Amino acid sequence: MMNNILVIPMLLPIIVGVLLIFLRTYGRLQAWVSIASMAVTTGISFYLLYKIQTDGILRLDFGGWEPPFGILFVADSFAVLLVLTSSIVTTICLSYALISTSKELQTMYFYPTVLFLAAGVNGSFLTGDLFNLFVCFEVMLLSSYVLLTLGNSKRQLREAIKYVSINIVSSWFFLVALAYLYGSIGTLNMAHVAERVAESGQTPLLTTISIVFLVVFSLKAGLLLYFWLPGSYSSPPIVTSALFGALLTKVGIYALFRMFSLIFHHQPEITHTIIGIMAALTLIGGSLGAIAFNDIRTIAAYNVVIAVGFILVGLAIATPAAMEGAIYYLIHDMVAKALLFLLVGTMITLSGTSKMAGMSGLMKNYPLLGWSFFITMLSLAGIPPLSGFIGKVLISAAAIDSGSYGLLALALLSSIFVLYSLLRIFKNCFWGETIVSKEEQPPLRKGVLWPCLALVLLTIGIGLGTEGMAPYVTDAAETLLNPEIYIDAVLGKIQ
Amino acid sequence: MNINDVILKTVSKAVVLIILTFGIYLFLSGHNQPGGGFIGGLVIASAFVLMFLSYDSETVSEALPIDFKKLSALGVLLAMLSGVAPMFFGGAFLSQSFGYFDLPIFGKTELATVTVFEAGIALTVVGVVVNIILSISEDE
Repeated sequence: MMNNILVIPMLLPIIVGVLLIFLRTYGRLQAWVSIASMAVTTGISFYLLYKIQTDGILRLDFGGWEPPFGILFVADSFAVLLVLTSSIVTTICLSYALISTSKELQTMYFYPTVLFLAAGVNGSFLTGDLFNLFVCFEVMLLSSYVLLTLGNSKRQLREAIKYVSINIVSSWFFLVALAYLYGSIGTLNMAHVAERVAESGQTPLLTTISIVFLVVFSLKAGLLLYFWLPGSYSSPPIVTSALFGALLTKVGIYALFRMFSLIFHHQPEITHTIIGIMAALTLIGGSLGAIAFNDIRTIAAYNVVIAVGFILVGLAIATPAAMEGAIYYLIHDMVAKALLFLLVGTMITLSGTSKMAGMSGLMKNYPLLGWSFFITMLSLAGIPPLSGFIGKVLISAAAIDSGSYGLLALALLSSIFVLYSLLRIFKNCFWGETIVSKEEQPPLRKGVLWPCLALVLLTIGIGLGTEGMAPYVTDAAETLLNPEIYIDAVLGKIQ
Repeated sequence: MNINDVILKTVSKAVVLIILTFGIYLFLSGHNQPGGGFIGGLVIASAFVLMFLSYDSETVSEALPIDFKKLSALGVLLAMLSGVAPMFFGGAFLSQSFGYFDLPIFGKTELATVTVFEAGIALTVVGVVVNIILSISEDE
């Protein structure tokens, strides 16, 4: 039985995106078609997730070339959970774009580019081949270059130049690391690499190569090497920021998890210690950044950095509970960061400034926006019924069990900084005296809050429905911690 | 440009034809000899670029009324659809097949579905390369 359905989450956005290029002048039609295609992708991801639970890990050999000779897509619970979440978030962001973006942006290939971005993201999650991972990364990055520069402001151009140069350098490092790995192991199929690394017992040379990969993916994920992130995430149009904040760093995080749980997990005292230290420094740097600025978009961008550090604490500890916690938190963070950026963007559109000093008393005129922001804040801080809670609990519990008290302290402190930084926005922008009277306030564009409310419901739903998600997350964590399952699923037929 | 470059124009008239022929040859010989859609596409694109260099872009655009942006999109679409097609015949995504046919003039000829995929690549490469050159040469 062919699993051709596996390629749909990448193929469908590409085909639809290409077709939309021919419909350039029809802004709204493009929006509806792209929303529909991402909704279909979401449905297919649901089906895949369900199918994996009954049939085990699925794989699709492109062109019928069996691994390790061909390129293949592998779907385990971890990958598909992320594909599912990213498709949902993209769908919602696209519907926000339908309502909020200008006609100019819509006709400048905005929707096709978002779809290509989604294709790159989904492809990166699903691929079972390291070179293909590089290609999917490039698809995603090229789309992100376009999205970052669409919008015609001087600041965007400045940030885009930084962003593009950083990413070209890190892509070059990626290629070098792939060349090293291919030179020493002779294969790039992930399962095959994992098998051969395990046979050799991960020699010092391989550990060194793994550090090169660590640097590459840290640059992409914003783990310690996040200096490019706050600027480039806070300059483009708001939908783009939301997509970047929700998806881009997550792909880097996914690659780190895959690399250091499937392939390079034999020397945890070196690699995982380094990851732990980097995560700790990221938490500190992100927390300082989040409270240091008065620009609400920059604060939101630093919140992305904190989350990256927090999730990587889970990988550094690498016990089953920590892995589960990290997966929960990863899913939560995709939803919550998209929500945070959309709300912040709506606030900026309403008040015409991104500085905290320019806003006050928004609560009186826009209560719904205010309470949505409040729920987002609680969710990001990890207050119980919301989605951030379970991840924080599991990672903290795992940190206590494994005796990593330093990481525990930093992880919990960072939550307080998240809460403080957002509470500051809440207090300054929503409370206080209402500067403009109700008549003078620009009206909230009709329907602009619906996508935000959908995400709010999602974060509440994930929090309350944790029980329902548990089997999938447990399965994902189990596959991550027992690489044999993955390797057998890919190479099983040959041996 | 007002420079009287008769030599360039005359030479490129002949050379463009040679380059195009070579590009198509490279493209067709692709799947089991050195060549293929990417290289063929690059060579064909270089012929177009030479035309844009020796004549001005208005003249060439008049002679070749192609929207190169759409051309590259068409190429991607063609390549993708050639990958999708086998999914309807029970094969894996991107499966290829080939067969031998007796054609009137060529005799026994090998026809492979990979050529469709390669054609998509070639169109994309031509579209992208020409597009890049045109965007660089445009000034505000």
